[in-house]
Amino acid sequence: MNTIDIGRRIAVAVVLLCSANQSLLGETVAERAAPCLACHGETGQSENPEVPSLGGQPAPYLLIQLYMFREKQRASPAKKDDPMIQVMTEMTTRFTDDDLRNFSDFVARLPAPKPPADAGDADRMQRAAALITQNRCNSCHNLDLAGRDNVPHIANQREDYLVRTMREYKSNDRRGYDGAMAEVLAPVNDQQILDLAYYISRFR
Amino acid sequence: MIPRVTARRSILLAGTIAGVLFAAPAFSQQPPASAPPAAAPAAAPALPPGSPLIGRPEGNAAAAKLAPIASPPLPAAADKLPTAKLKLPPGFNIEVYASGIANTRSLRVGDKGTVFVGTRLGNKVTAIVKKDGKTEIKTIAEGLYRPNGLAYHKGTLYIAELSQISKIDNVEANLDKPPKPTVIYTDLPKDEAHGWKFIAIGPDEKLYIPVGQPGNNVLHDNDHGQIRRINLDGSGRENVAVGVRNTVGFDWNPVNKQLYFSDNGRDWLSEDVPQDELNRVTKVGQHFGAPYCYQGNFLDPEFGWGHSCREFEPPVMLTGPHAAGLGMRFNTGKMFPAKYKNAIFLARRGSWNRSVKFGGDVVAIFLNKDGTVKSSEPFITGFIDNNNYLGRPVDVEFMADGSMLLSDDWNGAIYRITYGKAQVAGR
Repeated sequence: MNTIDIGRRIAVAVVLLCSANQSLLGETVAERAAPCLACHGETGQSENPEVPSLGGQPAPYLLIQLYMFREKQRASPAKKDDPMIQVMTEMTTRFTDDDLRNFSDFVARLPAPKPPADAGDADRMQRAAALITQNRCNSCHNLDLAGRDNVPHIANQREDYLVRTMREYKSNDRRGYDGAMAEVLAPVNDQQILDLAYYISRFR
Repeated sequence: MIPRVTARRSILLAGTIAGVLFAAPAFSQQPPASAPPAAAPAAAPALPPGSPLIGRPEGNAAAAKLAPIASPPLPAAADKLPTAKLKLPPGFNIEVYASGIANTRSLRVGDKGTVFVGTRLGNKVTAIVKKDGKTEIKTIAEGLYRPNGLAYHKGTLYIAELSQISKIDNVEANLDKPPKPTVIYTDLPKDEAHGWKFIAIGPDEKLYIPVGQPGNNVLHDNDHGQIRRINLDGSGRENVAVGVRNTVGFDWNPVNKQLYFSDNGRDWLSEDVPQDELNRVTKVGQHFGAPYCYQGNFLDPEFGWGHSCREFEPPVMLTGPHAAGLGMRFNTGKMFPAKYKNAIFLARRGSWNRSVKFGGDVVAIFLNKDGTVKSSEPFITGFIDNNNYLGRPVDVEFMADGSMLLSDDWNGAIYRITYGKAQVAGR
């Protein structure tokens, strides 16, 4: 099953869940967030390809992302029909500002994802660690890659999601809230992106 | 140097504005006393051009806490706005003109009093209409990319996105059903760094468009680091000022018609150097120094070798370290006291690349007859509380009655400043 198939299946599931959700106003945020966690992982750790783990994310970062999905600002015109984008647009389109805040605060309480048992190839890990320093990833994302405020927690994020995200930032297909990631990734080549994702997903 | 402000206020405010005050008039003769020698190590070569972290020192705990501060995406509720904490000179009042508009940036006022609002982080241009005591907020264009800059001229609204300019003719007659903006100019770089724009129409009826230096401290080509002007149909491009790092505000002196612009200095060099600049264009094509010489007397440690600051136009005033002086206008209205006639009002959004935040205020700048700076003083302060922002001033604009509008992109609000007996907008 490729990504697009997964995306379509998720989209259908979400639309069904959302329509059910709409008739149950007055539910708690935890109840309303169940469809979110069905894909993103109930323990903050996603098991689905290219679907990010949400555990450990700072609430201000989550709020910015939810806002950008609702306002259709997350994707460039070229990525508008991407199934993942469509799912998130559908999920957030009826959110009020308070919904955005409540969901951000709720999701921010999920525990951070854990490093995988596989510690990774030592040489590749060392090479990538040098890239982290060179590109100053850890200046904004912090030395522990746990992020802060508007800067996301990236430690132990899914490797496939990290690759996709860095490629999309570099190509401007994922539009940042500001231009920081597009700038930072401009000189980083694809092999380096793969190494960075390898390292960050196995960070401990 | 603070002309007759009440003593207590001047003491209170002097501290926050010291960087502005000591700098200005004698500047071209001697360097400001504050300028220490450059000490920062050279930037790591692997950093990409454009990174705001270029020049960041390694292993320094204080510097490691500094990163650009993102404004909240949602505007603050009206009852959470900081107006009660803001301080103005005696006799001035400040009120909320409009709130609930995300990331309010550039302001323009139409002939019929419509207030137009641009945004950097959102995708809409908004119009505010006051009618029968009610405030109507209308979206007049959406789906835009960083529509930060606005200009209004003879019924037409000009909109500057990151890399194109468009217009809506007869805009105030079409606020409820505005046509899609017509693109008039696309010959602009697409860099994200310093790519958002402030625009204005000059007394020569040309459209002035800045293109920032595409990174914190980088060399620029003939298409970057400048203010250019074009005819209103997009033709006839000409570079009016070069060596401009990043200006987000300019206006013309009503007396001598010269262009004055704010310019932000580079980051990661030190807490106090370089300061931001207020510049004046006296001849088309002048070079204002960036990235070779900052603040008129400080050669950049990376690019300054082989140059002298004497090659470049010095600023008419230093406006504080990392202070982010953005929107500025000359006051030609009749509401404010006579001393403010033709004074510049400059909104300083406030620093991020500094341990103790600096700026976050509006300053009034008074000129001599020859267009040089005579003095300056704080006008609105109180946006910084305990080293945190309560709001961040971005642009100032005057209404027909002489009152002043101020945008605050942190809170998504616009304030109105009046003089005399407190007045309520739109009643």
